Amino acid sequence: MDIFLTLFINGLSEGALIFLVSSGLAIILGLMGVVNFAHGALFVWGGYAYVWIYQMTNSFILGILAAMLIVFILGIIFEKFFVSRLYGNAPAQILITLGLNIVFIEIIRLIWGNTPIAIKKPDFISGTTIINGVTISHYRILLIIIGISVLIIVNYILKNSKTGMVIRAGVQRSDMVQALGINIRLYFTIVFAAGAALAGLGGALYAPLAGNVISTAGANNQILAFIAIVIGGLGNFSGTAKASFLLGLMNAFVAWFIPSFAVVTNVLVMAIVLAFKPEGLFSEGRKSILRLAVKK
Amino acid sequence: MASILKVENLNSYIGQYTILQGVDIEVKKGEAIAILGRNGAGKSTLLKTIMGLVNTRSGSILLGEDSLVGIPTYDIANKGIGYVPEDYGVFDYLTIAENLKLAIRNDTKDGDDRIAKVYDIFPDLRKASERMARTLSGGQRQMLSISRALVNDNKIILIDEPSKGLAPVVIETLAVALKEISKESTILLVEQNFSLACAIASRYYIINEGRTVVNGKIEDLIQDTQLQATHLGI
Repeated sequence: MDIFLTLFINGLSEGALIFLVSSGLAIILGLMGVVNFAHGALFVWGGYAYVWIYQMTNSFILGILAAMLIVFILGIIFEKFFVSRLYGNAPAQILITLGLNIVFIEIIRLIWGNTPIAIKKPDFISGTTIINGVTISHYRILLIIIGISVLIIVNYILKNSKTGMVIRAGVQRSDMVQALGINIRLYFTIVFAAGAALAGLGGALYAPLAGNVISTAGANNQILAFIAIVIGGLGNFSGTAKASFLLGLMNAFVAWFIPSFAVVTNVLVMAIVLAFKPEGLFSEGRKSILRLAVKK
Repeated sequence: MASILKVENLNSYIGQYTILQGVDIEVKKGEAIAILGRNGAGKSTLLKTIMGLVNTRSGSILLGEDSLVGIPTYDIANKGIGYVPEDYGVFDYLTIAENLKLAIRNDTKDGDDRIAKVYDIFPDLRKASERMARTLSGGQRQMLSISRALVNDNKIILIDEPSKGLAPVVIETLAVALKEISKESTILLVEQNFSLACAIASRYYIINEGRTVVNGKIEDLIQDTQLQATHLGI
């Protein structure tokens, strides 16, 4: 029983991390129809930015905020100079974001080198607590709290704020949003950058968990994020959240009981979903990829 | 009376096709003007060109003293133009109340009062205010689309074929509402339904093959069956 609880907490925290990366992808895909293959690079930039600032200031909070800010700015650059020229042209978007991914990973290697940089969890959150024989990592609890907080905040923004309304309206009719006097392009830029910042947050939180940061870390996390958005329903925010936590839990349990199946299971589930429910496991019947599942 | 909207020798294009090739219209404050013409004449394109949704090749569009040529659609709207497209343009995944709220511009201070007022004009919308727009009938969608143009103090409202695809009984309700709205607003109305256009507008312009060919008072057009037959196919 103890091991089940430990695996459950580990799975939830893995799911929270996957969600932080996939939520940005889902928002960018949901509003703008952009499949962003540069998300992995943004994730890694978040990790390196965190390590850079954390080593300078020894402040976990500053490191996290700086990582989000730096990746937010990168998101603005990506959208303004590259992606904004290619709305509606999916093949070109894929090519350019793949190119950006390669270029920005190489820039990391130029600046920080090719070898992993070790990073410890901050002291205040590095401990564990044992309750009834179950070992609970404080850092993993923090990941779960941040993941759920992001889910609640983003959901609230999408449902209740003017920004959320613009996003939901812009998904369907960006021309009509403009005809109401709203600069939808500005919202596109902000949403892309916000999605990027979430990837940055994921990267920043992942580095202390992994114990190091390395330029290749983005690839695996990006694949997991894509699996989550396919299972959740492309562009479906709440579906992506459910899928992320499901993947996290599945990873934890499969990796414990059948370790060699851990990676295979994710891809297998994605393949089954694509074959039998291509609109996504949590899509509630909507088939379009351009729908954020925000129910009132 | 000062003109609110003045379009001179307007030429516009979509892709490689020139659609408008010499449109001249003038709308004065408080007027309701009908743009008439056969299918494909360029009536809807005229409204889209004014809104910046279709590219202008040459000519001028003045809202008061301000040129609208070459500026983004959201800037054009913010100068005080309400637009009701022919496909309604309502946002399916927003409620009626949200559709209206989103339409309130930053410079509109009495947005809530204005929403209450449009609910008085279209009581059906008040009853269904928390319903998602995707569940509405064609008539309700049209009411919502028109209402969005009324929640701001617009200098002019461009309305594109409000009767399109609607049942005769709904068109009658709409005609009454539009007549009421025209008492307080300046309207540029594109309409295929001749009787609806006549019920609302005081003057008309006929567009044929992208050019304004005739204009005058609507009561003269009602009498001139020859003109109706030539340009409107009635």
